[in-house]
Amino acid sequence: MNKARHNPLNMIAMHGALILYTLIALFPIFVILINSFKSRRAIFREPLALPNADSFSMIGYETVMKQGDFFLYFQNSMIVTVASLFFVLLFGAMAAYALSEYQFKGNLVMGLYLALGIMIPIRIGTVAILEMMVATGLVNTLWALILVYTAQGLPLAVFILSEFMRQVSDDLKNAGRIDGLSEYTIFFRLVLPLVRPAMATVAVFNMIPIWNDLWFPLILAPAEETKTLTLGSQVFIGQFVTDWNAVLSALSMAILPVLILYVIFSRQLIRGITSGAVK
Amino acid sequence: MNRPRFRWHIVVFLAPAVLVYTAVMIFPLFNTLRLALYTEIDQSRVFVGLQNFQTLFFDPIWSEQFWNALGNNFWFFLIHMLVQNPIGIALAALLSHPRLRFAALYRSAIFIPTILSFVIVGFAWKLILSPIWGIAPSMLDAIGLKSLFAPWLGKEEYALTTLALISVWQFVGIPMMLIYAALLTIPEEILEAGEIDGITGASAFWKIKLPLILPSIGIISILTFVGNFNAFDLIYAAQGALAGPDFSTDILGTFMYRTFFGFQLQLGDPHMGSAIAGAMFAIILVGVCIYLFGIQTRMRRYQL
Repeated sequence: MNKARHNPLNMIAMHGALILYTLIALFPIFVILINSFKSRRAIFREPLALPNADSFSMIGYETVMKQGDFFLYFQNSMIVTVASLFFVLLFGAMAAYALSEYQFKGNLVMGLYLALGIMIPIRIGTVAILEMMVATGLVNTLWALILVYTAQGLPLAVFILSEFMRQVSDDLKNAGRIDGLSEYTIFFRLVLPLVRPAMATVAVFNMIPIWNDLWFPLILAPAEETKTLTLGSQVFIGQFVTDWNAVLSALSMAILPVLILYVIFSRQLIRGITSGAVK
Repeated sequence: MNRPRFRWHIVVFLAPAVLVYTAVMIFPLFNTLRLALYTEIDQSRVFVGLQNFQTLFFDPIWSEQFWNALGNNFWFFLIHMLVQNPIGIALAALLSHPRLRFAALYRSAIFIPTILSFVIVGFAWKLILSPIWGIAPSMLDAIGLKSLFAPWLGKEEYALTTLALISVWQFVGIPMMLIYAALLTIPEEILEAGEIDGITGASAFWKIKLPLILPSIGIISILTFVGNFNAFDLIYAAQGALAGPDFSTDILGTFMYRTFFGFQLQLGDPHMGSAIAGAMFAIILVGVCIYLFGIQTRMRRYQL
């Protein structure tokens, strides 16, 4: 930017500090991943060495595959996350459109009402949520989780999406109206495609907390056939505490899907945060 | 626009979101607060007013646990404020340097722990700090500090602080990203004007950038506050529902879970659980109000 601040020593110090922190951030993950591929003896004898021909072993993964139903857990997590995101985006965008497009009595009040949930965590209402799910028979079904995560994601989704929808040109919508399109067609055909980037941001923001949540799966759907990957690995690791190979492999298997998702979506996520969507 | 006929499409657009949000979030929230005023006697629900809160705050058996959890929660929050947010701001300041190379790479790497679940983070650190495996002691040994090692998660006096620092390790990416975004919005002209007046480097950060990003620091503080006061997962994953050793890592989230869901021999009590949830609600509400009315409105904002 300027020459006054140009100082190679400063630059080196900055890189040094950042590299140091990057190592701190990645070291534990690295240790878990490399040790999951080693034999039990190698894990203890040289925890920091990379697996080689001698110490390489997949025994941990074999135990996990045999004992835990990780594919089922993964599938449950996938269903819950995708379905919740779908409903958050669909319902959130519809409500955001109503609030940003139409003048009607109670518009402001409705906006504030929906915004309440941004600051108040849904966990506070857990006791009554559990009671309601038991009463409706939804307990131990994936629907219980999907409903809770949809409700949890809606406030911020409506808030962010309505900000973006205000920027969609009125001329475009009015042109549609003159052509005789219904309000629904205008929304689905004209407006939704234009706010796709904002929808992606909302999706990425919601995806990680839903995938990683432990509280609601533990309380609402702890049954074997509805366990999510997060809860499944928690229970599995709890049972196999002393089997280090299995624990390390289970941890690695829980890390990998998130890491892959992150690599795919990190641009979107970082752009979303830095574009000020959460300001 | 003002046609006389009722615009049904507005209702159709709003209905799904409002229904789900009201039924699954707002209604249970108030219902939980209502349940806190009841108790169960002979399998029927009896209204007892504020008696549950009285038990929670003054009955020695309950109040000791409650104040312990509340105190621990404040300590947990304090460590986040004193460690996580300054580190996040420092990293953001480094990353926003205009001529820094590999900034995107550092940023993505440092954010990775934030995307992992508490279960992974809790167990990974438990293994690394474990005296059986010996990674932490042998690393300390390498720099000659082996005498400092202790089984931190197993000692009452260190366990909570250790967990708070693990949580800091996990979430430092969030303040980093938000502050980074705020620093990017500072116009170049302001920094150049400062430079002409001889303000560069560190003093430019303290005198120009920091005042300009104070609103973002405020947002981060309230996000940290709300997040910490309904935290549960990390403690549960690392120490279990009993938040050991000897409840030294018990926070409001784990206390509420144990109370309303039950554990081992103790039966769950939804009404006392609701009372704890009510207390958490009040604490979060007070924090959010202090932020909204006490801090945000008084903060000086600069037009950029």
